[in-house]
Amino acid sequence: MRLRRRGVAMLVLMAVVASGVAACGSVSATGASGGANDTITLYNGQHEQTTDALVKAFTAATGIKVKVRSDDETVLAQQIEQEGAASQADVFYTENSPALAELSGKGLLAPVEASTLASVPVKYDSPTGDWVGVSARVSVVVYNTNEITPAQLPTSVMDLANPKWKGKITFAPGETDFQPIVTSVARSVGDQQTLAWLEGMKANLAGHDYPDNETIVAKVNSGDVEMGLINTYYWYRLRASLGGTAMHSALAMFAPGDPGYLVNVSGAGVLKSSKHQVAAQKFLAFLTSAAGQKVMATSDSFEYPIGSGVVATDGQTPLEQLKPAPMTIADLGNGQHAVQLLQQAQLL
Amino acid sequence: MTLVPTDDAAIAGTATDDAARNADAVRRRTSRPTPVLAALSTAVAALVLLPLVFLVLQARQAGWDEVRALLFRHLTLVLLRNTIELAVLVTTACVLIGVTAAWLVERTNLPGRRAWAVLLVLPFAVPDFVTGYAWSSIFPAVHGLWGATLVMTLGLYPLVYLPVAAALRGTDPAPEEVARSLGRGRIHTFVRVTVPMLRPALLGGGLVVCLTLFAEYGAFEILRFQTFTTTIFAEFQVGFNGPAASALSLALVALGLMVLATEGLLAGRGRGRFATGSRQAARVPHRHRLERWTAPALGGLVGLVALALGMPAAALSYWMVQSHATTLPGGSMLGAAAHTAVYSASAGALATILALPVALYTVRRDSRAAAVLQRTTLVVQALPGLIIALAAVFYAIHYAPWIYQTPQLLVIAYAILFYPLAFVAVRASVAQAPHRLEEVARSLGHRPASVLVRVTVPLVAPGLAAAFCLVFLTTVTELTATLVLVPTGVHTLATQFWAYQNDASYGAAAPYAVALVAIAAVPSYLIGRWFDRLPSRQGG
Repeated sequence: MRLRRRGVAMLVLMAVVASGVAACGSVSATGASGGANDTITLYNGQHEQTTDALVKAFTAATGIKVKVRSDDETVLAQQIEQEGAASQADVFYTENSPALAELSGKGLLAPVEASTLASVPVKYDSPTGDWVGVSARVSVVVYNTNEITPAQLPTSVMDLANPKWKGKITFAPGETDFQPIVTSVARSVGDQQTLAWLEGMKANLAGHDYPDNETIVAKVNSGDVEMGLINTYYWYRLRASLGGTAMHSALAMFAPGDPGYLVNVSGAGVLKSSKHQVAAQKFLAFLTSAAGQKVMATSDSFEYPIGSGVVATDGQTPLEQLKPAPMTIADLGNGQHAVQLLQQAQLL
Repeated sequence: MTLVPTDDAAIAGTATDDAARNADAVRRRTSRPTPVLAALSTAVAALVLLPLVFLVLQARQAGWDEVRALLFRHLTLVLLRNTIELAVLVTTACVLIGVTAAWLVERTNLPGRRAWAVLLVLPFAVPDFVTGYAWSSIFPAVHGLWGATLVMTLGLYPLVYLPVAAALRGTDPAPEEVARSLGRGRIHTFVRVTVPMLRPALLGGGLVVCLTLFAEYGAFEILRFQTFTTTIFAEFQVGFNGPAASALSLALVALGLMVLATEGLLAGRGRGRFATGSRQAARVPHRHRLERWTAPALGGLVGLVALALGMPAAALSYWMVQSHATTLPGGSMLGAAAHTAVYSASAGALATILALPVALYTVRRDSRAAAVLQRTTLVVQALPGLIIALAAVFYAIHYAPWIYQTPQLLVIAYAILFYPLAFVAVRASVAQAPHRLEEVARSLGHRPASVLVRVTVPLVAPGLAAAFCLVFLTTVTELTATLVLVPTGVHTLATQFWAYQNDASYGAAAPYAVALVAIAAVPSYLIGRWFDRLPSRQGG
């Protein structure tokens, strides 16, 4: 009898649990179809806290709800390509321009309203007007202040391939933030020298090949490695998380115009397949408005606001005083040439 | 549950006639499963193998030239060597640790066996990205091949421990007692009698460890160890090159098939010796007295658990204490935990239900077709979660758009992703369950459905429980497929951990990791307790 009861109980339990999820799903499905006109879906490649702050302010201002789906921007871009016309995404928001350029190239993005484009300097927008810049990010060197003095710092990203830095530098070849630097170097010195530079950089890694910029800034700060290539805001975020007294590192720019000294753009676009074009365009307009840009300037994002005349308030060098390499959004493209070079250097 | 009515209907015609029924019983003695079982297991296999079809379609889209350029270069050799070296080292270490630990807990008078039965399973509940981060942040020297071997062994040995412990519970102690009474020593008895009885559990566990390593990503990324899978992810991360990444996954499939063929050869050699090793007379096995070995045995297990659980615990505590970030929304944590629990329990149940017919079919039917069916479904374990998720996106968008981004699709993808874990656990139990009992039940006039519920399921219950728990534990910590398939706007513990860690908010991320481990600990505890009570139940 006991054996039999156990068998019945087991099968019933499994069936109940398996059907539980069906109930669970139908509940959330009905909830979603409620106010269709007032809800948009955002595919988000930006850091989630930044996005959450922006979405909350947007909903408060317009009453339009936003459902957020977060993942790496490149995975999301491929998911949108795979979804095609059936995509549930209304807006795609990314950390860097190549993921948007990829969708733009596939003809999946709708034109952005002219007034929205006009609130951001034209150099930060899509060359074809189908996505808009939201914030800017600057590539820099982060160095451990106990190990290195400012006088010892390299003035060019090209110097990082010098054997004297062997075992002392780090960078994340798999990060979407590194690709633009490779594109920029290749544009400046040609493919041949870029390959030699990448190989020198790879040799200098000597075991310090970390997966992402968060790890790089933490490892430089803790003294595991002396110096790394990152974007500025990673350092500011670590400082916000650890507190100023725990910082044993500082940021330094390369020389003006150096190919490693880049201003990259984080942007957003509306999907052509979106069934909520009006609400989606409103979201883009909000991102670039004074209200949206102020959220960006005062949140823990630490990226540069670029629209509607709002400026950063956290003591960073003002954006207009920076002297980056003369790279345009169009020069960066979808970054596939950089990827090929990284593959040839066996870094990918 | 669909099994029941279909099976019933299939034999309804014969069930009315006594003579036919007896003839049927005679036929069954030659171990021939019903056509319904064959059809069911073929359907399950087809479902599980859908991702492979997707890979081939993607590789064709990428074009042969591109696939060749990516596969035939120096890096591939490095990746191949890394992957194989790691697989050999980790699988060997996991088998040694898993068998020793299972034997100590199940067959000796080790103090605190109930606690150990739970503690030894728990490391599997710690997410790979947490373990990897813990080691690399506390001991930066832990990286590369040896670092990866250490971290993966500590995380994966429960995959060997669990089925072997279940098998030790289920095996008849009689052959061992006979060997001992004939004057064989303990070690000789263990190697010549116990290990062969454990063969299905041992090979299954080792196999799954090896295949899981092929698909591993999170830990290797942090430990700076390049394998095929880390490169596949890199293709996605920066390359926008889904087709090329998919083509590289075909290399993983090939590696997986080679491992499966090896396991097939090893399993084939031992087949039949204890195939009918009976449990019907199972008694509480005699427990070896450890005596002066008690202290070293306890010391070894304490060291193992300290490394496997202590390191992640230390890193998580450090994050919580060190960080100033206190952006912890309590409500969202409960919601995330509920989603994680429901999705994981559903995935565990579905994977187990899928595995049962295939296990029954392949174990009972000693044919080439059954063997091929079984081998190929297991190869899915070698595929990264991201690939399975993209396959699910592909099929849903093209053939079933109504299921896209629903919890149902996520659970189905989980069940496919972790089906091999469920299958191996169920198969080990089915292999030990005496088929004769089912034949007796049939000859006494029970219909197949009734036999299934009254005889088969109770006999293989330990395997079903182990399968459910294994899949549950793994699903709780799954991240990459979850991010792609989770319904928009829904958070699980793993996706929340990822979001905070991505923001360098380790202090805010840590509580989610703690909650992950806490949820995964529930089935570990239950399975430990349940096994513990098993023999006395059977006696009564």
